Amino acid sequence: MSELFEIDNLQIQARKEDGTPIPIVKGVSFNVKAGQVVALIGESGSGKSTISMATMAYCRPGLEFPGGEVRLHGKDVLSMDPQDQRSIRGNKVAYLAQSAAATFNPAITIGEQVTEAAVLHGTLTQEEANRRAVALYHALELPDPERLGRRYPHQVSGGQLQRLMAAMALVSSPDLLVLDEPTTALDVTTQIEVLKAFKKVIQEEGSAAIYVTHDLAVVAQVADHIVVLYSGEVQEQGPTEQIINNPKHPYTKRLMAAVKPTPKAGMGEKLDEEHSRDIPNIEVKNMTAGYGGIVNGKPVITVLRDINVKIKNSHVVGVIGESGCGKSTLARVIAGLLPAAKGEVFLDGKKLEADLKHRSAEELQKVQFVYQMADTALNPRQMISDILGRPIEFYRGIKGKERREEVAKLLRLVELPVEFENRYPSELSGGQKQRVNLARALAAKPEIMLCDEVTSALDSIVSSNVIKLLKKLRDETGVSFVFISHDLSTVGSFADEIVVLYAGRVVEQGPVDHVLAPPYHPYTRLLISSVPELRVGWLEETMQKREMAVGIARGVEITDTGCPFYNRCPIAIDGTCNLETAPTQEPHPDHFISCHRSMEEIEAAENAPQQVLHGFEKADPDGDKAAKAH
Amino acid sequence: MTDTTQAAASESDQETSIYDELPDAPPKKKLKLTWTGKLGVIVVAFWVIIAVIGPWIAPYDQAEILDMDSYLPPGAEIDSGGTHWLGSDNNERDILSRVLWGARMTVGISFFATLLAYLMGVTAGIAAAVKKGWIDMILSRINDAILSLPTIMLGLLIVVALGSSIPILIGTAAIIYASSVYRIARAYGQEIMVMDYVESAQARGETIWWIIFREVLPNAAMPLATDFGLRLVFVVLFISSLSFLGLGIQPPNADWGSMVRGNLEAMQYAEGWGILAPIWPALAIASFTIAINLIVDDISAKSGGDLAKKMI
Amino acid sequence: MQRMVIQRILIGLVTLWVVSVLVFIMTSLLPGDVASIVLGQAATPETLAAYRAANGLDQPLIFQYFGWLANMVTGDLGVSKAGGAKIYDLIAGRLGNTMFLAGLVALISVPLSVALGLLAAMYPGTWIDRSLTFGTLALISVPDFFIATFAVLILAVQLGWLPAIASVAPENTFWQMARGIAMPLIVLVIVVAAQMIRMTRAGILNVMNSPYIEMAILKGVRRKRIILRHAFFNTIGPIVNVIALNLAYLVSGVVIVETIFAYPGLAKLMIDGVQTRDLPLVQACAMIFCGTYVVLIIMADVAAILANPRLRNPK
Repeated sequence: MSELFEIDNLQIQARKEDGTPIPIVKGVSFNVKAGQVVALIGESGSGKSTISMATMAYCRPGLEFPGGEVRLHGKDVLSMDPQDQRSIRGNKVAYLAQSAAATFNPAITIGEQVTEAAVLHGTLTQEEANRRAVALYHALELPDPERLGRRYPHQVSGGQLQRLMAAMALVSSPDLLVLDEPTTALDVTTQIEVLKAFKKVIQEEGSAAIYVTHDLAVVAQVADHIVVLYSGEVQEQGPTEQIINNPKHPYTKRLMAAVKPTPKAGMGEKLDEEHSRDIPNIEVKNMTAGYGGIVNGKPVITVLRDINVKIKNSHVVGVIGESGCGKSTLARVIAGLLPAAKGEVFLDGKKLEADLKHRSAEELQKVQFVYQMADTALNPRQMISDILGRPIEFYRGIKGKERREEVAKLLRLVELPVEFENRYPSELSGGQKQRVNLARALAAKPEIMLCDEVTSALDSIVSSNVIKLLKKLRDETGVSFVFISHDLSTVGSFADEIVVLYAGRVVEQGPVDHVLAPPYHPYTRLLISSVPELRVGWLEETMQKREMAVGIARGVEITDTGCPFYNRCPIAIDGTCNLETAPTQEPHPDHFISCHRSMEEIEAAENAPQQVLHGFEKADPDGDKAAKAH
Repeated sequence: MTDTTQAAASESDQETSIYDELPDAPPKKKLKLTWTGKLGVIVVAFWVIIAVIGPWIAPYDQAEILDMDSYLPPGAEIDSGGTHWLGSDNNERDILSRVLWGARMTVGISFFATLLAYLMGVTAGIAAAVKKGWIDMILSRINDAILSLPTIMLGLLIVVALGSSIPILIGTAAIIYASSVYRIARAYGQEIMVMDYVESAQARGETIWWIIFREVLPNAAMPLATDFGLRLVFVVLFISSLSFLGLGIQPPNADWGSMVRGNLEAMQYAEGWGILAPIWPALAIASFTIAINLIVDDISAKSGGDLAKKMI
Repeated sequence: MQRMVIQRILIGLVTLWVVSVLVFIMTSLLPGDVASIVLGQAATPETLAAYRAANGLDQPLIFQYFGWLANMVTGDLGVSKAGGAKIYDLIAGRLGNTMFLAGLVALISVPLSVALGLLAAMYPGTWIDRSLTFGTLALISVPDFFIATFAVLILAVQLGWLPAIASVAPENTFWQMARGIAMPLIVLVIVVAAQMIRMTRAGILNVMNSPYIEMAILKGVRRKRIILRHAFFNTIGPIVNVIALNLAYLVSGVVIVETIFAYPGLAKLMIDGVQTRDLPLVQACAMIFCGTYVVLIIMADVAAILANPRLRNPK
């Protein structure tokens, strides 16, 4: 008897301009049994997405299938005629792409897009498909299922779109579901919500799935079987438990080493005291900032409200929060790229002008900003020697041969070959570009580097290497870092001090070992619990936790009054938290938590996880269901 | 992280370093023309060479009246000896010679007009994109106004007001087409101005000149060069149309547009293949402009068609 | 959304005003003294001065401008300097002719070119696409007088099917009218359609790079539906814009075609006005052309806003 789905010696290739083939996938084989979830794991360039699309006899333009078979129910789909291939797509095999925001057509309603495949393939009538879609919205815990179909993609949030894509794939009850990095672009608390929904519907529908990702911790939660890919070849495959607990292949081991640890106190390295030096202080006082001009002393779109951050005596300050919380805005305000509407920024006790145009060259030199995307941060028409040489010349007046030597020094510092000075950015890999990006900031010999999500766009191994480099730079150069990230474990392993932002306000800040140990601010608690751990069963365990029930089911609401976290907080006090600004408490020296609950109450809640202190009976339907589910 | 993985990591640190980073960068895409693009290059090069050497290789002077008969068919013998390879025109002149002479007028004037349009349009467009605010506002409104007037009308007004001469023709075409160059340069400029590398240069404290010449212009150069070709085509058509209306290049200077007009009546009066008299200069215009468009099309070809080919 | 529409209209009004200044300055630069042209042989220094005074030509330019602008806004286009006829009457008849021709051309060319553009995009790389791409490329590369000349050579001279000169008279039957304007009609349809086919195809293929198109392919959606439902609706903005530009061209840019076929349209009227130094006529025509352009562009912008669900249904 044949398996549900088999890939047998699959080969995919591209061609050079002269026609010589470049192999992309080099003879990959694996099977998927009915009801089984198989994970394809690897980094960019491993061919995992290309293989996942081959399940539908599809390859991106410029690629071709020179050999191998892809069998669904024993029949090879690659050799079928095009019309038969088309009738499999979206019908027997359904695909979920990485970015739902780009994959939904902006001009067509959600309902039409979700039901389209089932209706076109004739498996359901439009009415049946609509009913099934609504049932799927319910199962995926999407808000307002009855009317959701009439909305347009831009009217729902990213996490919801990601779940809607699952509905789109499942509507025609496919035999095989292909999920291509479906949670990679999401925040941790959104990721866990989407993962939970995916896992639930996959189980309920009983369909088999291929789950493509680079994140081993996520794989551990959803997959039964793992296939490890590197450069178009299978390195190792086996049951999830076996691969995770007993990896054989060196590449699998390398991937494991790059998995981010669970954030906890004491995870960072202690710095030698002899490294202490005259450390610059940055202080942000009563700062309000946003976009769209200033009306009545307030920005039209307020992103940050009344921010007070005092950074002293630390080498690395981590600023953490989810997308839209204002963490990048904070860095931009400090850098002077976005003048604040209100409040001041001090460097070493000296007030900095809000707008960088009014700052002195010396002040500009002291504070350097490192952008997230090296692709847009490096001028594609300048050679590396110019990109790095210009700040050296501009700030330090070094020219000619000495400038070249400085550039070479910088390249060695960020562990790149000196020959790279003659390359353009497009001739470097992603990780190499990010190193040049860091080197450019270092070229100014700054006191402070503001690093805005510098590792988020990178693969796990590359990202762990960049973190290693950052640690080396911290130790060797005497530069201080403000490290902005949505990734708590990276921040926890690198920072001395953490600032937690939520919806434009600071909810907690202090030394890393205090922030990552109880008592936590309820939001910090939620963030920590949401970071996936590399063990089977973590997802189920976490979903039992009380903070998850209310925390992940709701979105961020930007409010003017009260505590911003009120609607997602398991211990919120009705009538207080939503109306009054939370007082700032100081459980340890220099450790601040903004919360109405006392530290004792917070700790008590930590220790009694099953007891809900604050009922959500009146809450919105979406939250109710999440609460009932557990 | 579990203990196993930590142990695994430390134990195989050496072994695994080969997997650290994929060192390769994506191969550089070279500009490669298809055969139509290459054909375009050949034809454009041909006319450019003719524009330079045309008067020397032309058998006769552009204004030389050779026969008693107008609209002689191609290949007709000339009374004084020699052949009209493309026939003779309304004033008994040799069409081949006039086409060769005309290349200099038509191609040359159009080229300089486009160049001038680019100087003005790119300067204003980049200035608007970089300076923003009221400079952008004023320049954009003036530009809108010029764009809203039909090009031929505007050209006509200017030429009639100032009189037709070669410098005025060049200036007129340049002003009219500078407005569309402005729009494109401004759009590219705005696109580049929001790039992080420009912001990074601003944050460094670079002057506006550095931003314009080192950050913005190098990145706008390629798309603007492509657009230059398109604009050149429009200018050729514009100058030819003005000449056709009798307001462009003045006789006895030969230019392709006025040659079409001058010989139009051949279609009614000429005998035999003499009716082709207006077709030769028209073909010259068409071959030149089509060739430029072939090159531009080739360079700016999008990969969109590739995905479209995957449709079933 | 309303704010965006109002903003577009305001920008349009500003553009119109800037045009009025430009037109006024340029027409006053036209050589030749109106008074002496109008009075011709009969001009004596006294009559010239009297004429100038009567027509406000002795006033400073800025006063003349505001007087003219005020008349224009109130709908008083003035009197032709050349014939003494009311400009309103001169223009009304010609405008009718122009609109008749432009309307017919639009009626034929817009559906034709959108359909052909979609067809080319639907089968990229096939012979249909290649021939359409090359054909339209050739057509947009040649001057319109070239197309007109060729059409005359073949249809009128060689085949003798159609008259080489357009004719319109009020007493003609519709069939006579249609035959009378067939030549300019055919030429203009070719000129305008070539542009629009190219832009429709390019617009669709531009959208074809989007991930949502790949998703549609992976959902097993048919070629036809991908183009018509998934791609076309995201291309309406640019396509409508090209249509508007071409319609504006049909009203104001058809001088050459009107000249070749002796078609009594508005553009020809303006040319004649320029040649006879009939300033009020030239100014009025220029303002009509510019007004048409501005109105069409605003309509295209509004259509693009309406076609975009992001702008139509804010979050």
